[in-house]
Amino acid sequence: MIKRFATLLPVVFGVLCLTFALLHLVPGDPVDVMLGESASAADRTALKAQLGLDQPVLVQFGQYVMHLLQGDFGTSIHTQTPISQLLWQAYPATLLLAVVALAIGLSIGIPLGIWSALKAGHWQDVMITMLSIRLAAMPAFWLGPVLMLVFAVWLGWLPVSGMANAASIVLPAMTLGLGLSAILTRMTRTSLLEVLNEDYIRTARAKGLSERQVLLKHALRAALLPLVTIVGLQMGSLLAGAVITETIFSWNGIGRLLVDSIEKRDYPVTQACVLVVAFSYVLINQVTDVVYRWLDPRTRGAA
Amino acid sequence: MKAFSLLTLSFWLLAVLLGHAIGLNPNQIDLNAILQWPSLQHWLGTDDLGRDILARVIRGVEVSFLVTVVVTAVTMTVGLSIGLVAGYKGGRMDAVLMQLTNIFLAFPGMLLAIAFAAVLGAGINNLILALCLTGWVTYARLSRGQSLALRQRLHVLAAESLGASSLRVMSLHIFPLLISILLVEAAYSMASVMIAEASLSFLGLGIQAPNASWGAMLRDAVRFMLVAPHYVLTVGVCMMSLILAINLGGDVLRDKLDVRSEG
Repeated sequence: MIKRFATLLPVVFGVLCLTFALLHLVPGDPVDVMLGESASAADRTALKAQLGLDQPVLVQFGQYVMHLLQGDFGTSIHTQTPISQLLWQAYPATLLLAVVALAIGLSIGIPLGIWSALKAGHWQDVMITMLSIRLAAMPAFWLGPVLMLVFAVWLGWLPVSGMANAASIVLPAMTLGLGLSAILTRMTRTSLLEVLNEDYIRTARAKGLSERQVLLKHALRAALLPLVTIVGLQMGSLLAGAVITETIFSWNGIGRLLVDSIEKRDYPVTQACVLVVAFSYVLINQVTDVVYRWLDPRTRGAA
Repeated sequence: MKAFSLLTLSFWLLAVLLGHAIGLNPNQIDLNAILQWPSLQHWLGTDDLGRDILARVIRGVEVSFLVTVVVTAVTMTVGLSIGLVAGYKGGRMDAVLMQLTNIFLAFPGMLLAIAFAAVLGAGINNLILALCLTGWVTYARLSRGQSLALRQRLHVLAAESLGASSLRVMSLHIFPLLISILLVEAAYSMASVMIAEASLSFLGLGIQAPNASWGAMLRDAVRFMLVAPHYVLTVGVCMMSLILAINLGGDVLRDKLDVRSEG
């Protein structure tokens, strides 16, 4: 286990380098860009010192890493609050949104996928496939507004945006979850169809098990296993997709914080958001890998 | 499926060409006719500055296509070259390259493109740059994996033992077997580049006003959703039809070319 995580070190280091480099990719002087033309010389020097930009690059990088190790993400230029505080407020909201979206995706995607596979070739299968292809082609920045228009504006069932009450999460989570469900439907269908062709399914049927038992006890277990990896990978797209969805629905998560910071040219906050999402993604993928190895009898114990 | 894909793609191509032929002006402001519903004069209605939505949608297709084609061509060439050399040569270079792609893949989805676009500043050139900086990774990994397998093939070993140079082997004996798989990948990724371009423009990081782009149009359309719901609906439907057509086109291309996928 420790060994697994040790192999991550180069990636973690690389991610740190890349996020650190972001500030240095700003064309011209980042201080000028952030403060604008009219800033006084004293303000410039102060910000330069705050960001450590008056130091040699290697020293800057060393300080950046050292501060991060102590949980210090720096200070927001715009509000002068510690960035870690902003992240603490925003991260749980994004996580909640991602988890609810995942739940929606799974609870729609898997049953539809199973149904589609069982009816392979019939009109139900064709309908589901057509629907999921269309859903997958719908980017969040269109699906979101359309859901908002229909359910919040026309029908008035749900709040338009914000996070005032529990119902506020439904629309943003649907926006993320429906796209995910389309992917999961197709994956479940393919995977289940593959498994249903295996010899042991024929054996199970031959020994007189009911279709229900064959499906639940023999086929689904094997068919749903590859989905663990897909879900892990998709969790990352959920985190990234949240950038757009949170902006549309004024959901105060990491994504909105990121977009806000970009608009205000608050680059330290931008860097911190990018870093946190990337690290979450790396971590989720590792956990997925471990869970997969543990679930799959063929690789159990090899982890 | 094939017919739909071809029909939609040629429809949009024709629309773009026709738009230029009849001198469609997507930036013509008419403040007496803002946010109008579809009519004979404006087939898809007008936007918040009284500009014709249809004209802007058509210009949006053009811009979107331009960005997508440039980004796909650049990322595919760069990714292919890197992956081919790494996979064929192996060794330390390969290890370094794989580590580098791992780092890029640690950023989910468009996150890195958003970050690059944010620090580089808005505009179509920086948009293309940001998408290129992040897009080469999949091609590199794909062609690396393929050339790793292909370099053991008999015809490659034969060429090597006849004294062919690495460059010759790579370009004449491995590359032709790679290209179909890469083209299929490119067809699919064109749809995601298109979505990425629109997403960045939606966030205000891409193409800037007054130039038309789908992302920026949707951003405006959402603001005026309550008074002009047709705006957001039409732009979205147009965009979806194109993305769907590209994806289905990818399917067709895969079925046609993917004969050697077990390579």
